[in-house]
Amino acid sequence: MSTAGKKRKFSSQSRNRRISLGATYTVLSLLSVIWLIPLIWIVLSAFRCEYQPDGTFIGRVTSSFFPKQFGLKNFEDLFTATYYGVPKAFPRWMLNTLFIAIIDCIISTFLVLSVAYCMSKLKFKLRKPFMNISMILGLFPGFMSMIAIYFLLKSVGLTGNPSHPEYSVVGLILAYSAGAGLGFQIAKGFFDVLPNALVESAKLDGCTNFKIFRRIILPLSKPIIIYQALMSFTGPWMDFIFAKVIIGADNAKYWTVSVGLYSMLFGTHPDTNLFTQFAAGCVIVAVPIVTLFMFLQQYYVEGVTAGAVKG
Amino acid sequence: MASNKNHAPKKNQEKTGLFEGLRKKCENFGKRFADGSLGTKLSHFIFGAGSFYHGQYVKGALFLLIQLGILAVMIFCPSINGTPYGWKALRNLPLNNVTEGGDFDPLTGQFTVGSDCKLMVLFGFVTIALIIIYFMVWNMNIQSSYQTDMDLKIGKKPNTFREDMRSLLDGKFHVLMLTPTCIAAAVFTILPTIFMIALAFTTYNSQDMNDLGTNLFHWNGLQNFRAVFTGEGSLGVEIKNRFMPVLGWTFLWAIFATLTCYFGGIILALLINKKGLKGKKVFRTIFIFTIAVPQFISLLAVRNLLGEYGPVNSLLQDWGITKEPIGFLGLHPSDSESLAKFMVILINMWVGIPYTMLMTSGILMNIPTDLYEAARVDGSSTMKMFFKITLPYVIFITTPYLISSFVGNINSFNTIFLLTGGGPTYTGYQAGGTDLLVTWLYKVTIDQGSYNTGAVIGIFTFLITATITLITYRRSKAYNEEDTFQ
Repeated sequence: MSTAGKKRKFSSQSRNRRISLGATYTVLSLLSVIWLIPLIWIVLSAFRCEYQPDGTFIGRVTSSFFPKQFGLKNFEDLFTATYYGVPKAFPRWMLNTLFIAIIDCIISTFLVLSVAYCMSKLKFKLRKPFMNISMILGLFPGFMSMIAIYFLLKSVGLTGNPSHPEYSVVGLILAYSAGAGLGFQIAKGFFDVLPNALVESAKLDGCTNFKIFRRIILPLSKPIIIYQALMSFTGPWMDFIFAKVIIGADNAKYWTVSVGLYSMLFGTHPDTNLFTQFAAGCVIVAVPIVTLFMFLQQYYVEGVTAGAVKG
Repeated sequence: MASNKNHAPKKNQEKTGLFEGLRKKCENFGKRFADGSLGTKLSHFIFGAGSFYHGQYVKGALFLLIQLGILAVMIFCPSINGTPYGWKALRNLPLNNVTEGGDFDPLTGQFTVGSDCKLMVLFGFVTIALIIIYFMVWNMNIQSSYQTDMDLKIGKKPNTFREDMRSLLDGKFHVLMLTPTCIAAAVFTILPTIFMIALAFTTYNSQDMNDLGTNLFHWNGLQNFRAVFTGEGSLGVEIKNRFMPVLGWTFLWAIFATLTCYFGGIILALLINKKGLKGKKVFRTIFIFTIAVPQFISLLAVRNLLGEYGPVNSLLQDWGITKEPIGFLGLHPSDSESLAKFMVILINMWVGIPYTMLMTSGILMNIPTDLYEAARVDGSSTMKMFFKITLPYVIFITTPYLISSFVGNINSFNTIFLLTGGGPTYTGYQAGGTDLLVTWLYKVTIDQGSYNTGAVIGIFTFLITATITLITYRRSKAYNEEDTFQ
């Protein structure tokens, strides 16, 4: 700042403030646009309904950002088309994913809460070793053990089972939720903040540990329960690697929706003319998840912040 | 109070060392056998004998059932897909007792005859786990019987089964709560991890094996690890030539990705939380919105937006900035590697900044305002306040996050895989210009079936992240004062 500016600092403070506020508005609006452009583009592509002069539908990525014609054809096609030999595959994938997500959500949330409570409020001999082991296991790249889990499930027929292809879904649910208990750190951070005096006074009153958990801790843990449920429910909608390996590339009937959408663009039979249908699928998947997120925003922020500070 | 008292002797015990501990344990075993009742003595051979002796029939039956079950598996060797468990699995584990060949059926992709070495290794480990469980239960059953002996001596009645069950809801609540996770983690996390580590010491490369029409491989010691530096073996040359560049880029990526998102997020949070700014909630919601969209959607959108025929390239061409479409993301082998690297870091800011913004907003609002007031009285400029107060405060609080996000970025699979797919690729090499260790690991294992090489890459990744985490985490307050914080 120049000396002249310094002299006038006090007299023109409100003007300076207005200028800097205006600049902030401009920058933030610009950033918001940058952040939203790709998402807006996907939505626009989903409603794109353009035809070539000879009447064939254009489903590719095209050079124009805004569609010249809007229509619902992509959505209609998406819900009726046969992909990978599966008739009406997309609604099927949605239902598969919903089923997997609900069960995974229940099991994972239960496991995480029970482990986190033990680690935070109970004292026992193997507490520290358990925490260290779970930390070490978390450092191995997840993809490393993915293929081993596949072999393991396959050896008991829970995946790649020619007579029961539907068992793969059970295998995938196990693969998703079994390791969940080791990701207890954020929930533990939450329980750590609950005062120990609550537990101790209840103990003096003769409460068992189970009763303390059930009657005192759980009612106070709504934020963390919602956070964990949200995380484990949305997980299966977003994962396209694990699901593909465990369910199998040739078992398209039991894919999850993200595997299906990903395969439209990069699968064994990718079709560049499916891009607008892919975009329509993305909109259908994203709308419920984003809505859920927006509703439960407060809990998500709480969970993320707790995780950041405690590590 | 009580916990303090417990802590002092525990520390002493740790200091006495491993040998002292072992000696004590052995003494304890001897003592239990000598001092115990007839039931306790019998428990050393028949599980649950002590419990039956004390009239705890259900408990005894459970112990006995476990013993008989494990012994049956060990002796009768049930098999899956022709590969046995039990003592035969232990005999198979050295992998030199395999039946030759195996008929590869190209129609089903299955081997009809002959041994399957991966199952031999897997079942061998499961059998070893069973043996460990056997001795753990053995110890538990003796201890339980001995404890009851001691209780009887001081005139306490032995616990009934119902009382034991009830203690699971109170004194032993942690056992009830942790058992599901322990079992699940042992089967789906620990066993697979150990199995994959073991594969790093074998010749398991499914591509080579499919060519030969066999399911057989053998142990080859440290050869795969040596291949990283010498280039021997089937994938050796690629590993040797690409390992160091990929490692270097992984570090570079992790550093840039972490720092750009971190400081970008703090700046964004400061902008949004600026005093007097209206519509804070709107802006916040916009950025949270981008977090909520699944990454495979948003990143694939960006990828196609920047693609060869996408709107960005056609816009640039319309404006006459370029004649040919620019390969931003290295999707063709001829595209520029440095541009692709720059672009992934840039796009990663788009992914990561809202996340940091969210996290630091809360922290920024908690900075004591008197700090700023004092600074303002001293006549500090806004810039100075940012560098002297805001930044140190935020960094101090979020150090654990900084470390975990660095480790997370080393393992950042989605961004690279969805944007560039590791490209630009080089002919003959699987690892492209923007491949990180994890994406390379994925390509090597899933696309190529080179499980041994993939495992080696995985182990190196683990060693890197573990070193960083251990050095920083063990020094951090969160770890050292974990108990006091509680």
